[in-house]
Amino acid sequence: MVTLNVNGTARSFSGDEEMPLLWFLRDDLRLTGTRFGCGLGVCGACTVHVDGQAVRSCQTQMRTLQNKRVTTIEGLSADGNHPVQSAWRTVNVPQCGYCQSGQIMQASALLTKTPKPTDADIDSSMSGNVCRCGTYQRIRAAIHIAAANGGAR
Amino acid sequence: MNAIENVSTRRKFLKGVFSAGAFVVASRVLPESAFAQDPAVRTRAQSAPLSPSVYLGVDPDGTVFIVTHRSEMGTGIRTSLPMVAADELEADWSRVRIEQGLGDTRYGDQNTDGSRSVRDFYDAFRRAGAAARTMLVSAAAAQWSVPAAECFAQNHEIVHRPSNRRLAFGALVPAAARLPVPQPATLVFKPKSEWKFVGKERPTYDLNDITTGKAPFGLDVYRDGMVFASIEHPPVIGGTIRSVDDKEALKVSGVQQTVNLDAPKPPLMFQPLGGVAVIANSTWAAFQGRKKLKIEWIDGPHGTFESEAFKRELIRTVSQPAKVVRNLGNVDAEFAKGGKVIEATYSTPLAAHAAMEPPAAVAEFRNGKAEIWAPTQNPQAVQETVGAALGIDKKDVTCHVTLLGGGFGRKSKPDYAAEAAVLSKKLGKPVKVIWTREDDIRFDYYHATAAVYHKAALDSRGKPTAWLHRSAFPPIASTFDHTARYPLGFELDLGLVDVPFDVPNIRAENGPADAHVRIGWFRAVTNNFHVFAYASFADELAHAAGRDPLEYLLEMLGPGKVLDLKSQGVDYSNYGVPIDKYPIDTKRLRRVLEVAGEKSGWAKAKSGGGKGFGIAAHRSFNTYIASVVQVEVDSRGQFKVPRIDQVVDAGVIINPDRVRSQMEGSAVMGVGLARTGEITAANGRIRQSNFHDFQVARMADAPFQVNVHFVDSGELPTGCGEPGMPPVIAALGNALFAATGKRVRELPLSKQKLV
Repeated sequence: MVTLNVNGTARSFSGDEEMPLLWFLRDDLRLTGTRFGCGLGVCGACTVHVDGQAVRSCQTQMRTLQNKRVTTIEGLSADGNHPVQSAWRTVNVPQCGYCQSGQIMQASALLTKTPKPTDADIDSSMSGNVCRCGTYQRIRAAIHIAAANGGAR
Repeated sequence: MNAIENVSTRRKFLKGVFSAGAFVVASRVLPESAFAQDPAVRTRAQSAPLSPSVYLGVDPDGTVFIVTHRSEMGTGIRTSLPMVAADELEADWSRVRIEQGLGDTRYGDQNTDGSRSVRDFYDAFRRAGAAARTMLVSAAAAQWSVPAAECFAQNHEIVHRPSNRRLAFGALVPAAARLPVPQPATLVFKPKSEWKFVGKERPTYDLNDITTGKAPFGLDVYRDGMVFASIEHPPVIGGTIRSVDDKEALKVSGVQQTVNLDAPKPPLMFQPLGGVAVIANSTWAAFQGRKKLKIEWIDGPHGTFESEAFKRELIRTVSQPAKVVRNLGNVDAEFAKGGKVIEATYSTPLAAHAAMEPPAAVAEFRNGKAEIWAPTQNPQAVQETVGAALGIDKKDVTCHVTLLGGGFGRKSKPDYAAEAAVLSKKLGKPVKVIWTREDDIRFDYYHATAAVYHKAALDSRGKPTAWLHRSAFPPIASTFDHTARYPLGFELDLGLVDVPFDVPNIRAENGPADAHVRIGWFRAVTNNFHVFAYASFADELAHAAGRDPLEYLLEMLGPGKVLDLKSQGVDYSNYGVPIDKYPIDTKRLRRVLEVAGEKSGWAKAKSGGGKGFGIAAHRSFNTYIASVVQVEVDSRGQFKVPRIDQVVDAGVIINPDRVRSQMEGSAVMGVGLARTGEITAANGRIRQSNFHDFQVARMADAPFQVNVHFVDSGELPTGCGEPGMPPVIAALGNALFAATGKRVRELPLSKQKLV
C-alpha cells in the first residue's frame, strides 16, 4: 500500500507498485491532463511535480511515492491562473495542446529554481519536452513573461 | 496524363477510399449536400429554433451554437471557421458556443487533410452567418413594421437605423425561426471594411482548457465497464501469426484475456493490421501482459525489405527514362546541342508522423451499432472503416471526434478505431485501444522515401534552356491498391509537374516503385521531397552561374504569368479547387520572394565562415510561400538555425495568429525532418521505435526565431497547415551550402558530413 498526496488530496494505492505514476493519475484518478507520449521518459508529455521537482510520471514507479506530494496540471493553481498558465494564454502558445500540460509543469518547476532564466537556461531545461507542433518559440516567450510576472510563486 | 491510366482501377480506388485523405483528385461531397444521409438532429445548433444551416443555430436566450465539423489537431480550425460565421452574423463572440460535429455527411467532407478546411468551407460558414442575420433582420423589421433595408445587425442586436430602436438576437429568434431560410444567391455579405473577426487575431476556443489540462483528447475517454487493449502487431506489414503462447501474459495481474485479430487482406487501406490484443483492466496491465506474449510470426513477402537497398533502387530508377508526366518543348533536342549541362540526384528517407498523442480510440458495440470516440481527422472514414470491419451499415456507426494530439495526416487513417470496434464487438464491452509510441513509430503510414533526378542545359549566362526532372517513390496509391507502383495524379501535382520556372523546354517524369510499408500523406506530402530537390537544384544552378540565388530565382520565374499546365499534358488537380479560380500565378511567387528578400535583409546577408543564408519559394495548397533560412555551422559540422523568415500569400486570412503559428510550426517541423527525420528497415522491420531513435526537433535545436510576414493579396483564402514546410527544407539545404560550400543532396542532414 502506497499513500501519497495528489493535488492536496490524500490517496492510496494498493496495486502493482512498479506501475508508473502516470497510469495511476490517468486510469485510477482520471486526472487526464497528464499525457502519455513515449513511456520512456524522453518526451516530457507526462511531466508532473513530486515534492516540487519536475519528474516524468511515466518513469516514476508508485513504490517510490510513499508520503510524497504530487502536483499535476489540474493542481498547479486553484484557479488555473498560475503565472505560467496565464503567460501561455497571453502568447497563445498551444497548437494541438497535447504536450502543453507537461511543458507548463516543466516551465513552472524551472521558474521555481531559476526565477529569471536566460534563453540558454530555458533551452536547457525545456529540451526534454517535445512539441511536435513546434511551439518552442512561443514557449520561450511565455516563460520570460511568466518570469516577469512572478512565475516562481 | 494521370499516373494510373487504367480507369476502372482508378475508379475502384476512389470508390474504396471514400473522401479519403489528400486524395484531392477525388470528387467531394459538397457542403450542405443533398446527399444527406442521416436526418437525426444531433447538435444544439440543429435543435435551436433558428437554425438556417447545419453549422449554426441561435437559441431564444441568444446563445449562438456553431458546429465545427472539421477536426482540431492544432491548426485552430475549431476557432477559425466559427469566426467566419460569427462575423457574418454580427454575433458577440462571448455568446458563441462551439460544438464538435459527429461524423455526418450532412456537413459535407470532414476529412481534415489537404489544408482545405478554410478553402472548402469559408463560403458555407459565411452563408450560415449571413442567413441567420438576414432572418433576424426580417423578423425585427416585421415587428417594427419598417423596411428591412432600414435595419442592420450589430453586436448581437438588430438596430433600426432611423429610430435607433434595438432588439436582441434572442428575443427575435421565435419570429425569425418561422421565416423561410433565404436562398444562398440572395444573401448579402458584409463588406470587408465591416469585418470584426475575420483578419483579426483571436485566441483559440480551447486555450483555457488546454492550459488547465481539461481539454479532452482521444486517450482521455473512459466509459463505464471499459477494458484496455494493447496490440502486438505483426512486425512486418502483411505478416500473420504462426503461433501464440499467452500463458505468461495471462498471469499478469489485471490481464483478462488475449484476442487474436484477423490479418487484413490486401489492399490494406485502413484495415486493422492483425496481431494479438491483450485485454486488461488498466493500460499498464495491458502493456505488461503484452511484453509476456510469445508469438511466432510468418513475415510474408515484405520480410525482405531493406531500406538501404531500396534507396539505391530508387536512385537507379530515376537514372533511367521513365513515364512522362509533363512536357513542354523538347528537352532532348536542347541537351543534344552539347552545351553546358548540370545534373544532380537527391534522395530522402521514409519518415514517421510521430504526433504527440499516439493513436488511440474507444469503441462501444451494442445492439448491432457502434459508437466510437477517436482523435480522428476523418470521422466519416471511421464510419466507413468500422462499418466494413464489423459488417454493419456505416449509418450505424456514430463517431465522436475528440481533440487530436497532433495529426499531420496520420489520423486520417482510422485503423486504430477499427481495432477498438472489432474488439468491442468480440468482447461485448467498451474497449479502449492504446498504441504505444513504439507502435506508432513502427506501424505508421509513412511519408514516402524518394529519389529525384535533375538535369538542366544552360545558356551562356547560366540560365536553363532545358529542364528535366524525374522522381520515384512508393506511392500513397499502394495503400489503396497493393499492385500500384505508380502514384495517383495528385502525388505528382505536389511539386513535380508544377515546377514554376520560365524555361522553354521542360519535361517531368515519374518512375515506378514498390511499397513495402504502408505509405500515407504526411504534412505537405510529396511536396517535401520534390521541392527539396527542385529548389536545391535551382540554387545549384545559381551558384554555378555565379549569381545571387534570389536574383537568379526571380529571373528563372520570368516576369510572372499564369502557368498553363494543360497545354503541357498535365491534368492538374490543383489541390481540389478549380484552376481558373486558383491559378498558378508566378507573379505571386515573385512577390513573396521579393518580400522575403526585404524582410530577411537578404541584400546585406553575408554567407561564409560557417554562416549561411538560403532561400526557396514554392506554391502548395494554393498558397505562395518564400522562406529564408539562416544557419550557423560549427567546426564539427553541427548546425543551428538562428532565424527563419516565412513570407506568406494565403489570400484572405481568417485568424492571422493561427496562420502565423502554422508557419512557425512548419519551420520547426521542416528543420527537424531535414535534420533527423529518418525511418529505416531491415528484414521488413522498422528499426526505430521512439523519440530517442526517431528524433524530432526539440527546443535547443529548433529554429530560434521564426518571423512570419503576410502579403495582403485580397485573393480567395488558401491552405495554411502544410505549405510552410517544403520551402523551409530546401532553403535550409541552400543555407548550409552557403555556409560550408557543401551541397547536401541526401537527407537526413544528421548523416551527412557538413565539414
